[in-house]
Amino acid sequence: MSAAPEKPSLLPASLERLYAVFVKELIQLRRDRLTFATMIAIPVMQLILFGFAINSDPKHLPTAVLDNDHSAFSRLFITSLKATDYFDIRYALAAPEQIDPLLLAGDVNFVVEIPQDFARNLAAGENPAILVIADAADPTAVNGAAMALNGMAAQVFTRELLGPLHRLSSKPAPYEVRLQKRYNPAGETRLNIVPGLVGTILTLTMLIFTALSVTREVERGTMESLLAMPINPVEIMLGKILPYAMVGFLQMALIAFAARFIFNVPVVGNLGTFVALTMLFIVANLSVGYTFSTIAKNQLQAMQMSFFFFLPSILLSGFMFPFRGMPDWAQDIGSILPLTHYLRIVRGVMLKGAGFADLTSDTAALGAFTLAAMTIAVLRFRQTLD
Amino acid sequence: MSEAPEIVIDVRGLNKSFDGKRVVEDLSMQVRRGRIHGFLGPNGSGKTTTIRMLCGLLTPDSGDGTCLGFDILTQQREIKRRTGYMTQRFSLYADLTIRENLEFIGRVYGLRDSAARAREAIERLGLGGRADQLAGELSGGWKQRLALGACIMPKPELLLLDEPTAGVDPKARRDFWDEIHQLAHEGLTVLVSTHYMDEAERCHEIAYIAYGHLLARGTVAEIIAQSQLSTFVVSGDNLAGLVETLKHTPGVDMVAPFGAKLHVAGRDAAALERVAKQFSSPELVWERDAPNLEDVFIDMMSRAQDNYS
Repeated sequence: MSAAPEKPSLLPASLERLYAVFVKELIQLRRDRLTFATMIAIPVMQLILFGFAINSDPKHLPTAVLDNDHSAFSRLFITSLKATDYFDIRYALAAPEQIDPLLLAGDVNFVVEIPQDFARNLAAGENPAILVIADAADPTAVNGAAMALNGMAAQVFTRELLGPLHRLSSKPAPYEVRLQKRYNPAGETRLNIVPGLVGTILTLTMLIFTALSVTREVERGTMESLLAMPINPVEIMLGKILPYAMVGFLQMALIAFAARFIFNVPVVGNLGTFVALTMLFIVANLSVGYTFSTIAKNQLQAMQMSFFFFLPSILLSGFMFPFRGMPDWAQDIGSILPLTHYLRIVRGVMLKGAGFADLTSDTAALGAFTLAAMTIAVLRFRQTLD
Repeated sequence: MSEAPEIVIDVRGLNKSFDGKRVVEDLSMQVRRGRIHGFLGPNGSGKTTTIRMLCGLLTPDSGDGTCLGFDILTQQREIKRRTGYMTQRFSLYADLTIRENLEFIGRVYGLRDSAARAREAIERLGLGGRADQLAGELSGGWKQRLALGACIMPKPELLLLDEPTAGVDPKARRDFWDEIHQLAHEGLTVLVSTHYMDEAERCHEIAYIAYGHLLARGTVAEIIAQSQLSTFVVSGDNLAGLVETLKHTPGVDMVAPFGAKLHVAGRDAAALERVAKQFSSPELVWERDAPNLEDVFIDMMSRAQDNYS
C-alpha cells in the first residue's frame, strides 16, 4: 500500500467534519420552524408567565384601619390609601387587641394604625408617625403596596397644608409612615426569583434540544449513513452541540433583556462575566441532553430522561427552597446538578456584583460536570449498529 | 492508489449473532476489482448484516479479512473513507435540500471544494433544476438516484448497495444498472444485494446466501451448471391440478407455474426423466429445458430450509 496521503492535515480535516455537522444542524434547525419558534418563544413566555405569576403586583389587598385620631387629616389619609388601589379597607378597628388575630388569620395583609392626636401633633410640627403593619410572609404580595404607600404618604396632605400650615408642606413629609414588615422582613423575592428563572428556563430548553439529536437520527434512519462516513463521535457531538449553544446565546440575551427591562432586575456585576458563565452553563446542559440522547433508545425515552433530570434541578438546586435549608443528602444531590452552581453564579453576578474570582468553585464544578457529561456521551455513542 | 490490490473484498469465516440468533454463519467471500458482485438470498438471510460488517458498521463475532486492503476489524475508518454505502432505507436528510445533503457529504469526506463537487454531482444526476428541493420530497426513483449520487461523490473505490432498486419502476431500474456498469467500467467495485433475477443476471458474479450461509457463487452460467438441476417445461390444460400431484412425486424437487406453463425441476436427472415419461400424454407436453436462475435459487432455498432452519 502507498502511504496514507491525508495524514498531515488531521486537525483541519477534523474541524471540517465538525463544521459539516454544524452547518447541517443549523439548516435543520432553521427549517424546523415550529421548534425554532418554540425556542425563542418559550424562554420569554416562561419568564413572563412565571415572573408575573410569582412577582405579581396584587392590588386591593385587605386592610384594617385603627384610627385613634378621628380627625380630618386621619380621614384624608385613609381616603388616600383607598385611592392608591392597593388597599381595600375592610375593617375599621376600635382597639389594638383586634390587630393580631386579623393578621394571624390572614384576613388582612395590612393594618394601618393612626395614633391619637395625630392631627394636633402634625400641626405642632412634632412629626407624628403612622404605623403600617404588613404581613410579609408573602413578600411579593405586599411589596407593591408598600411602595405605593410611601409614594402616597409624601403628597397626601399637600393641599391641606396651605395657609398657616404651609410651613409644614416641606419635604420630607411632616409626619412619618413606619412600615413594619412582619414574618419575613427582608423578603426580596423578585430579585431572587428572576435570576433563578434564567437558570431554570435555560436548563429546560437546552436539555430538550440536544436530548433528541441522536435519537432522532437513529429513528429517521440517517444514523446508518452518518456512521458509514469517516467521522468520529467527538466531531459529531461538538457539531451538534455548537448550533444549540448559539440558540442558547440568543435565549440568554432575550432573558437578560426581559429581566432587566420587564422585571427591573439589574445586572450589578460585569456583563462579560455573566455572558461567559451563562454560556458555560448552557454548554453543560446541552452536554447532559446529548448524553441522554446517546443512552435513550427513542425520542420518548430521551424526553422522559430529560424530565427526570429537570425535576431535581428545580427542587434541589435552591430554586424552590433555600439550598442551605435542605437536608444533607438533598444538598449532596443538588451539588451535582449544574443549576445549583449556576444559581449561585447568576445571583452572585446579577445581584451582588460578584466576579470570576469569587465564583471559581462553582465555575470549576460546572466545567467538571460538562467534561464528565461529554466523556460519557462519547463513550456511550454507538459507533456501530451492534 | 497505484498498487490497488486485485482482490477488493477478502473475508473468511465471518459470524454474527443477534440475541443468540445466528444471522451470518461462517461466511467467506472474495470480490475482485472492477466487478459487479450480486448478493442474493431470501429476506433475513444475512445480506444486510454482511454488508454492514464489510463497511465497519457491525463488528463480526469472529472471522477476519480485509476490505480494500484494510483490516475490517481494526481499520474501519480507512475503509469508510474509501467506501460508498447506500442503505436499504433512504438515509439522506429529508429536511435538507439536495444541494445541502451533497455539500454535507462533501465536507465530511473532506473534499477540497465541496460546493463545486456538489454542483457537479447534481449536474451528473440531471437534478439541475431541483437542487434546492428538499430531499424528502423527491419520488422513490429520484431518491434512489440521489442516494447513489451521494455515494459516489467522494469517489470511493468500493460501492456497497443494499437493495438499491426496491420499489423503483423498471425504467429507473434499467437506468440505475446502466450507471452501475459504467462505474464498474471506470474501475469501481460494486457489491449489490437484490431480489430481482434480471438484476442478478446483470452482475458479473453472484453469491447466494440463505440462513446466513453462502450456498453458491460464481457467474450466472456457473451457478446454473453447478446446480445440476434438470428442468422440464410442461404445457397443456389443467396444469393447476398437476402441480399438487407433482409436488408429492419422488424425483420432483421443484414445481412452479410460469404463465401457461409449468417448470418442473429435480436434482436426480434419471428420476425426473421417469416422471416426465409417466405424466406425458397428448394433452401434456413435456419438454427438456435449461434451468433458469430462479429455478436454481428456489431449489437452493428449499434445500437450505431443510438444512438450517
